[in-house]
Amino acid sequence: MNMFTVSGSPHVHGGESTKKIMHGVVIAMVPAILVSVYFFGLGAIRVLLLSIVASMFFEWVIQKYLLKGPLTITDGSALVTGILLAFNVPSNLPGWMIIIGALIAIGMAKMSFGGLGKNIFNPALVARVFLLISFPVQMTSWPKPSPITKGFTDTITGPTPLGIVKEGLGADPPKTISELAPEIPSYMQSLTGDMGGSLGEVSALALILGGVYMLYKRIISWEIPLSMLLTVVVFSGILWGFNPEQYADPVFHLLTGGMMLGAIFMATDMVTSPMTRGGQLVFGVGVGLLTILIRIWGAYPEGVSFAILLMNAVVPLINRGFKPRRFGAKPGVEIAQ
Amino acid sequence: MGILKTFALGGVHPEENKLSSNAPIEKLALPKQAIVPLGQNLGAPSKPLVKRGDQVKAGQLLAEAGGFISTNIHAPVSGKVIKIDNVIDGTGYKRPGIIIDVEGDEWLDDIDLSTDLKTEIELDGKAIIEKIKNAGLVGMGGATFPTYVKLMPPPGKKAEYLIINGVECEPYLTSDHRLMLEKGPEIVVGTQILMKALNVKKAIIGIENNKPEAIHHMQELVKPIDGMTVQPLKVQYPQGGEKQLIKAVVNREVPSAKLPIEVGCVVQNVGTAFAVYEAVQKNKPLVERVVTVTGKAVKKPSNLLARIGTPIHQLIEAAEGLPENTGKIIGGGPMMGKALTSLDVPVVKGSSGILLMKKEESVREPENPCIRCSKCTTVCPMGLEPFLLSKASKLGKFDMAESEKIMDCIECGSCQYTCPASIPLLDYLRLGKNKVGAIMRNRGKN
Repeated sequence: MNMFTVSGSPHVHGGESTKKIMHGVVIAMVPAILVSVYFFGLGAIRVLLLSIVASMFFEWVIQKYLLKGPLTITDGSALVTGILLAFNVPSNLPGWMIIIGALIAIGMAKMSFGGLGKNIFNPALVARVFLLISFPVQMTSWPKPSPITKGFTDTITGPTPLGIVKEGLGADPPKTISELAPEIPSYMQSLTGDMGGSLGEVSALALILGGVYMLYKRIISWEIPLSMLLTVVVFSGILWGFNPEQYADPVFHLLTGGMMLGAIFMATDMVTSPMTRGGQLVFGVGVGLLTILIRIWGAYPEGVSFAILLMNAVVPLINRGFKPRRFGAKPGVEIAQ
Repeated sequence: MGILKTFALGGVHPEENKLSSNAPIEKLALPKQAIVPLGQNLGAPSKPLVKRGDQVKAGQLLAEAGGFISTNIHAPVSGKVIKIDNVIDGTGYKRPGIIIDVEGDEWLDDIDLSTDLKTEIELDGKAIIEKIKNAGLVGMGGATFPTYVKLMPPPGKKAEYLIINGVECEPYLTSDHRLMLEKGPEIVVGTQILMKALNVKKAIIGIENNKPEAIHHMQELVKPIDGMTVQPLKVQYPQGGEKQLIKAVVNREVPSAKLPIEVGCVVQNVGTAFAVYEAVQKNKPLVERVVTVTGKAVKKPSNLLARIGTPIHQLIEAAEGLPENTGKIIGGGPMMGKALTSLDVPVVKGSSGILLMKKEESVREPENPCIRCSKCTTVCPMGLEPFLLSKASKLGKFDMAESEKIMDCIECGSCQYTCPASIPLLDYLRLGKNKVGAIMRNRGKN
C-alpha cells in the first residue's frame, strides 16, 4: 500500500528562509565590520565578539529556561542583533557594559515581547539608548580613528562631528559653522569612516555597499532608506539655505552620526517597520524629520536612534492606516455596448 | 518583443520545470474500468440517468445537470454499468460515481470521430450555447465552472472581449501548450464559435512568452481571422487567474466580488476552446482530455489524451511507472493542485495534470515565527495582506477577515510560496474563507 503525503497547495516553496535573510544581513555588514577593524583595531574586534557572544548566549538562556521554546539561536537573528549592538557603541566601551547592552537588547527588547518577530522596538537601538542614558560618559567618548597600519591608539579620544557642531553652536559665545569647519572631517573622511563615532557607523561608503547588496537580494526595499534620507536632505537643506552659518549642510547630516547605519540597517528592520509601501514611506519621512529635529533642537547631538524608536512605536498605527492597493477596489469600467 | 504585458500587482516566478513540453500528445489505451464521479464541476453534482446493468455507448448521456451551475456527464467508454457507488475522487472524499466495465469502444452514431477540420459554423449563437450545455463542457483549466453559464451574461451585461487563456502559468503543466501546438486550427475555430455565441467582435489569446513556438504558431493561425489576436505575456504567476489575465491583456480590473463580465470580458481556457470545437462541429461531448503526467523523477514526462474515468495509475504507467521515492501525488500543478490520496482517483474534466513529487519535495519546512517581512503582501496579486488574514483566521476574528477582503483571495498560494518563515498562510486563509463564506450566506438568509 502506497502512502502519500497530503497537504494543501501550494506544494512548492520559493526557498527563502529567515536564516537566509539574517545571513544576508550579516554579509551586508561585512564591509562596515572591516572598516571598523581598520580604524579601531583590536577594540572593534573585542566589542564585536563580546556583543555577538553575549547576545546569542542570552537568546539561548532565555529561550531554554524562561520561554522553554524551541532553540532559536541558529536562526541568525541574535547574531544580527549582536553585530548591530556592537555597531552602535564606541570601540573602547567597557566589556561589562556591552554585556548589559546585550541583555537589554535580547532580554528586554526582544524576548520579553515573545521573541523573534514580536518585538515592537529595534532591540539593538533599545540597548544603545539604554546604555547612552545609563553611561553617558563612556558612551560618548569615542576613540580617534587610527588606521590599523599606523598601530593602535585606543587611548586618544575625540568628539564626533555632530558633537563638535552641537557644542560649538551652543558655546558661549556661539561659534558659526565656518568657524567650526576646520574641526569637522571632510566629506571624504566621512565617506571612508575616518572620523570619531560608534564603530559601525563611521563609514558611509561601507554601509551603502551593504545597503546595495541587501536591495539586490531583496532583503530590504528602497522605500524606508530613501524616504528617510530624502527627508533629511530636504529638511536640513531648507534650514541650511535659511542660514548656513547656523545650520550644517545636508551632506554633513547625511554622512555623520548614525544616519547611514540607521537608514540602511536599523530603520529597515522588518520586524519593527511598516508592512506596506505607503506605510514605509511615512515611516521613513517620520524618522528623517525626527532625526533633524533632535539633532538641531534636542539636547543630544545625535537623534537617529531616538527617531527610529519613536517611529517604531507608531508602526501598528501606520499599519492600520496604510493598506496595500486592493485589486478591484475601483468600480467597473464603461463597456462599449 | 520589447516590454511584455503582465498584470499589475504582486506575483511570483516559480521554477517552470516544463519537463514535458516537447512530448507530443499520446492517445492513452482504454481503461478496463471507468470510474465517473458525478461531481465534476464547480457547483451542484449531476444526477445519474442510468442504472446498474445498463449497456452504454461512448458519448451517451450518463447523468444530467443537477441545477443551473451544473453539467451533463457522458459515458467516456462503452460497456456495462456495474454499479453506482461512492468512489474516491480528487477531493480525497468518497462521493457518488458511476462505474462502467469497458467493453469494446463503441460510440453513439451521431458523433463525428474523424479528424477533418470543419471550419464552417452552421449553428446560431443560441444553438451553440445549447450544444455546449448539452455536451457537458466545463472550464478545463482546473476551475471546472460550467462553460455555458459564462456564455449567458446576466441581463444588462454585455461581453466586449473574449479572452482565451493559453497562459498555463502553473509550473510543470504542458497540456495547454501541447494542445495549442497540435490542435491550433481547432482551437481557432472553437474561439470563433465562442465569439459567435457571445456576439463579440474581439478575441485575444493570451500566451506567456516561455512558449514562443506556441505564440508563433497561434499568431500564424489567427492572421486571416477578423478580430482575433495573440497577446504574448511576460511570465508571471498567477497570470492564468481570470482577473490577472484580464488585467494583463486589456488592462481592466474586475471589481471585488464581481465577475469578469462586469468589465465586459469572458475568459475561456484553450482546452475549453478545443472542447467547444469538438462539441459544436463534431457533436462530441466532453469525454476525454489532455493530461500532463510529470515530475522530476518521472522517467517519461508525457502528455496523454485520456478518457474521463481512467484511473491515474494507468496514466502513470504510461509515463513509465511510479518512481520509487514518490512522496506526493498532485492533481493539477504544484501551486494550486490538490494532493491526491490514492492511485485509483480517476481523470475528471478538470484534470490538467498529474505531478509526482519526490519524497524530499513533499514535506513542508517547519513553521517559524512571522518576521513581518511583508513579502506576502508584496506578492499578493489581489493586494491583500495574507499575514493579517491568516492571523485573523487563526484567532477566529472572522469579522476582521471579512472587512480585510479575505473573500477576494484567489488561493493562488503566492504568499505561502514566498514566506521565509514557511507559515502555511493559505491553509489559514482557506479556513477563513470557508468560515466567512458561511457567515455571509447565513446573513443572507436572515
